[in-house]
Amino acid sequence: MLLISCPNCGSRDETEFHYGGQAHVPYPENPAALDDRQWAQFLFYRDNTKGAFAERWLHSTGCRQWFNMLRDTVTYEIQAVYPMGGGRPDRAAPAPESGTASTAPDSTTTGTAAPDVSGTGTGSASTTAPEGATE
Amino acid sequence: MADLLPEHPEFLWHNPTPKKSYDAVIVGGGGHGLATAYFLAKNHGMTNIAVLEKGWLAGGNMARNTTIIRSNYLWDESAAIYEHALKLWEILPEELDYDFLFSQRGVMNLAHTLGDVRESMRRVGANKLNGVDAEWLDPQQVKELCPILNISDTIRYPVMGATYQPRAGIAKHDHVAWAFARKCDELGVDIIQNCEVTGFLKDGNRVVGVKTSQGTIHTEKVGLCAAGHSSVLAEMAGFRLPIQSHPLQALVSELHEPVHPTVVMSNHVHVYVSQAHKGELVMGAGVDAYNGYGQRGSFHVIEHQMAAAVELFPIFARAHVLRTWGGIVDTTLDASPIVGTTPVDNMFVNCGWGTGGFKGTPAAGLTFAHTIATGSPHALNRPFALERFETGALIDEHGAAAVAH
Repeated sequence: MLLISCPNCGSRDETEFHYGGQAHVPYPENPAALDDRQWAQFLFYRDNTKGAFAERWLHSTGCRQWFNMLRDTVTYEIQAVYPMGGGRPDRAAPAPESGTASTAPDSTTTGTAAPDVSGTGTGSASTTAPEGATE
Repeated sequence: MADLLPEHPEFLWHNPTPKKSYDAVIVGGGGHGLATAYFLAKNHGMTNIAVLEKGWLAGGNMARNTTIIRSNYLWDESAAIYEHALKLWEILPEELDYDFLFSQRGVMNLAHTLGDVRESMRRVGANKLNGVDAEWLDPQQVKELCPILNISDTIRYPVMGATYQPRAGIAKHDHVAWAFARKCDELGVDIIQNCEVTGFLKDGNRVVGVKTSQGTIHTEKVGLCAAGHSSVLAEMAGFRLPIQSHPLQALVSELHEPVHPTVVMSNHVHVYVSQAHKGELVMGAGVDAYNGYGQRGSFHVIEHQMAAAVELFPIFARAHVLRTWGGIVDTTLDASPIVGTTPVDNMFVNCGWGTGGFKGTPAAGLTFAHTIATGSPHALNRPFALERFETGALIDEHGAAAVAH
C-alpha cells in the first residue's frame, strides 16, 4: 500500500486515491490536423517508464483534486508531489541541456511554470481535464 | 489424496555460451519465448537460433501466473487464436513427450448481475458459433459442479449462474516451460540464461545484432517475448509500444485435501480460484492500478480478492495464505495481445498478453514463429498487429470476454 501525500489533505492511504496514468500529455493543439498515426499516439500510446515516472493521481475520497506525482516504478518510492500544470521537478532546469528538455511534451499546456491557467492564449486549455487515459 | 508430481531428469537442457551469430534471436526465456523457439525449429527448420533470458529460465510471469487455460473469448479473432492454443494444449503433452499435468477440469465464469447474465449468455452463443465448447449453467448446476460454492442469496452479489467451458483447465506452468526447453535443446536451440539484452545493433532501420551482458551477438532476426519489459526493449530499439506495465498479484494457501474440482472465476467480485495438483488453493485477481516494474503490488488488492474468495467459498475462511507474489504484466487498451512486425525491419514483437498470456503460450509460439520465419503474420495473429491502434480495428476484450484471467 502506498502512502501518498495529498497536497491538500496530507498523507493518506493509496486506497483513497485513483490512478490517472502518465502526466504531461497535452491535448493536441489542432486535433483536426492529426493523421491516424498521430491520433493513435495520442489515444493509445503512453510512456511506460522503468524508473522515475510522472503520473497523475486523484484524491477521490478526499479533496477530489487531481495532482501530479513523481514515483519510481521499480522501487515505488514517491519522489515528489506537485500541482497539475507544474513542470516535472526533476526536469526543472528550463533551458540549458539543448535538445532533451524540449522533447517531452511537457506540462499540460506548454505553460512553463505557472500553475494552471497558463496564459498562452489558445483556448485548448482543458488543462486539468483528465483524459481518461490509461485504464 | 492430492496428486503426486512426476519426477524429472536432472538436466533438461544445456547451458551453452552464446555463439557469435544466429539466424534468429528470441529475447525472453519464458513460456512464449521457448514456445516460439520450439516452433521455429520444428515448423520452419530454423535451429541456428538462441533464446536469451536475463534471469533464469521461466522465472518471470511463466512461474507467477495462476495457470488457467481457456478459450471462451467473445470476439472471433480472440476465439480463433485462443481456441487454437487450447487445441495445441490438448496435443502438446504427447508431442513434447512430457506430462505437464494439463487437467481439463473445466472453467466456470460466474455471473452476479443481470448485466453479467446477459453478457455471459451472449458469450456462450458467440463461443458456440466459433466452435468453442461453452454452456450456460443455472445456480443449481453451478452448485452440482462445484459444491463448495455459496449460491445462497445472502451474499452481496449472489451467483445468478455461470458460463462453463468443460475443455478448459489448468497445467503445471513450470513443467510446461521445461517441456518446451528440453525439446528446444534437442532440436539444437541455444538457451542462454543470465544474458540480459542491453541494446540492439542496427544497420539503418534494420536490426543486425543484440548487445548483451554476455557480449554482442549478430543475428538476422530478433523476436521480442519480454512481456512486462517489452516497452524497455522497444525503447532500446527506437520505437514505442502501446503497453502499460502493471503488477499483478497472486497467492497460494497451504496444502489441503482436494475440495475444489474445477476452476471458478468471477469478474464481478473479482477473484479466480483453482486447486493445484499438490493441494494448494491458487487465487488471483486484478492488476494494481499504478504502473510498476517491481514484481510486487499493494496489499489492499490481496485483501480485496480474499474477501471475494471467502464470500464465494465460505470453506476457505480458515485457510492460511502461504505465499503471495507479483508479476509484471504488459497490458494494452483493448486487452488483446500484439503479435507481429515492428517499425524496425527484421524485428518482431510478441507482447500485450497482459494478465492472460499463459493460456495463449502455444498459439503465441506458433504464430510468432511463423511471423519471424516468413516475415509476415500467420492468419491467426494477423488481426493482432500493432497497426490496429492506428486503423481502429481494435479487438476489445475488456469486459467482453470474462477478461480477468
